[in-house]
Amino acid sequence: MSEGTLYDTVWNRHKVTTLPTGQDQLFIGLHLIHEVTSPQAFGMLRERDLEVAFPKLTHATVDHIVPTADQSRPYKEDAAEEMMAELEENVREAGIDFSDPTSGDQGIVHVIGPEQGLTQPGKTIVCGDSHTSTHGAFGALAFGIGTSQIRDVLATGTVAMEKQKVRKIQVDGELGEGVEAKDIILEIIRRLGTEGGVGYVYEYAGEAIENLGMEGRMSICNMSIEGGARAGYVNPDETTYEWLEQTDYFQDNPEKFDELKPYWESIRSDEDAEYDDVVTIDANELEPVVTWGTTPGQGVGVTEPIPAPEELPEEKQDTARRAQEHMRVEPGETMEGYDIDVAFLGSCTNARLPDLRRAAEIIDGRQVDDDVRALVVPGSQRVQHTAEEEGLKDTFEEAGFEWRNAGCSMCLGMNEDQLEGDEASASSSNRNFVGRQGSKDGRTVLMNPQMVAAAAVTGEVTDVRELKEVTTA
Amino acid sequence: MSREDEHREASERASGRTPASSDAEVREIRTDGGDDVEIPEVDYVSGSGIPIRGNDIDTDQIIPARFMKVVTFDGLGEFAFFDLRFDDDDNQKDHPMNEERFQGSSVMVVNSNFGCGSSREHAPQALMRWGIDAIIGESFAEIFAGNCLALGIPTVTADSETIQDLQAWVDENPDAEIDIDVEAEEVTYGEQTIDVTVDEAQRKALVDGVWDTTALMKSNAGEVRKKAQELPYVDDAAIPEAE
Repeated sequence: MSEGTLYDTVWNRHKVTTLPTGQDQLFIGLHLIHEVTSPQAFGMLRERDLEVAFPKLTHATVDHIVPTADQSRPYKEDAAEEMMAELEENVREAGIDFSDPTSGDQGIVHVIGPEQGLTQPGKTIVCGDSHTSTHGAFGALAFGIGTSQIRDVLATGTVAMEKQKVRKIQVDGELGEGVEAKDIILEIIRRLGTEGGVGYVYEYAGEAIENLGMEGRMSICNMSIEGGARAGYVNPDETTYEWLEQTDYFQDNPEKFDELKPYWESIRSDEDAEYDDVVTIDANELEPVVTWGTTPGQGVGVTEPIPAPEELPEEKQDTARRAQEHMRVEPGETMEGYDIDVAFLGSCTNARLPDLRRAAEIIDGRQVDDDVRALVVPGSQRVQHTAEEEGLKDTFEEAGFEWRNAGCSMCLGMNEDQLEGDEASASSSNRNFVGRQGSKDGRTVLMNPQMVAAAAVTGEVTDVRELKEVTTA
Repeated sequence: MSREDEHREASERASGRTPASSDAEVREIRTDGGDDVEIPEVDYVSGSGIPIRGNDIDTDQIIPARFMKVVTFDGLGEFAFFDLRFDDDDNQKDHPMNEERFQGSSVMVVNSNFGCGSSREHAPQALMRWGIDAIIGESFAEIFAGNCLALGIPTVTADSETIQDLQAWVDENPDAEIDIDVEAEEVTYGEQTIDVTVDEAQRKALVDGVWDTTALMKSNAGEVRKKAQELPYVDDAAIPEAE
């Protein structure tokens, strides 16, 4: 068992008691809720005549179903309007703060928590959303829960859990041009597998991680779940504290910053912490990674050949065969040149300001290919607002991108933004499952935001490093 | 009217908070208001099997996101594995859940990393409402297994070869019973009994009938308050007065 890690420390600090099942009852410091997975939980509370135990430790936003084009109420789609209305009523009844679209603070739940300073080191954070692992970037213990557990957290402020093992993923070296945090995590999932992290929490460490800004760390922690790990985290450091200091919470309560910093320092993993497993990755060797299949683990360097199913471990062969049939790719070829119909720049993985800035640099002075439908969906209203002020909106629109309002959008196709028929998308999101982007025949190629920009321009999967050479030549 | 349209209608009905449900009988948690919740013990599950083959079957396949635009779980049963069961014109595709011989099955037999991806409880809810009471597989994604436990659905595991043998047996014996002894960690089918693994906490929770943890954890409210007061980041104003 691990000892002396951030995970151990934060767990122990939040453990209320051990339940008769052997699970621990953990206190939850921040409960984020959204419109899709919470209404049934509020319904269960009503059935049992229970109230929300800690409304002030609960925060709501709307992201999954919110339209990103016309947001006037009532929403055009009845089901979306109904879900929004239900959430509004639930938060009003319980007295829960709600970053709704009229507030200017709305956005994807995993973008707004960090923006507002709700996400802090050493907190336990849950949300009915598997990408809650994102908040681990701040040294929080953050994980996704199901609706029955949402009921538990609403009613008791706690959750029942078993402690997991800790795997340290040490990423040494430096990232090359065109290679990003997204490529690190896609590489980790490719190597360790989509179920490699089951039973583990991932601690991301090493020079390449420390050199990332908070946004990059969030992209990595975000996709921990794609590797089977329910939570992932980075130890807090000066980069973390600089971010926190600028957030609403600490701007409004500056004394809290000095008060809490010793706590944040105290939870960092010890130098001699014990891990259940350690994996090392060399960032110098990485190139932009793209997926060729229908799980996030089916990735390949952009210049590398797509593997033949029979080269893979036996248990992966069948899935690979079906994936290659769905995606219509051939083993031995590279993904370069794969035709793209849609370019989607968005999601809780890669729709923060630096993601949009890097993509805009590629787009600047270029045009979206005639056969490509391209859209930018900022992760939050604040990202959107700042990007507009910086002129990024103009850059994208002049190139032929649609500039949308904040939400989850085409990452999971719960609003109007969906793939049609067998369209192929170059997507900065996190899942390439069959049907994920709204069409069961749709094809998703996951990649970093610069690569999405490159694909939008050329109409096919493109090594962004080559486009960059053209620019600088 | 297509199935999807029917669903939309059902969802509209649900908005009145009085949904009409055509679901299979689900494991009812009886509530008498307050904390008096009766939670059944799930030490033994038995029923005929249905094999769902393939590794990494994600929750988007189990319940596509477009069916989640609802505020209750009622009615999700008929949309389980929808895109694998129906084509664009609502014609049935080849899928075990469409086969006559597996109607009425309640023990699903799956392969590895079943239920990966999204945390949506809609996935096990849809399976439960289709009629599934227990799942036997090579391995399960963590959040999915946790969601199943919260519904009293055991997720028991065995090695790849054992599972494939069981899937083959179910194909040949679609009406025969599979008996899962959760406490003894044994599955009996036909003439044989195999050892399976049930996660320790899951086993205790199911067998002792404490898988619905709300009331149990609420009974520790005093200690929870104390914990909140101890943690440096919890503002005093966020801790409600004791009841």
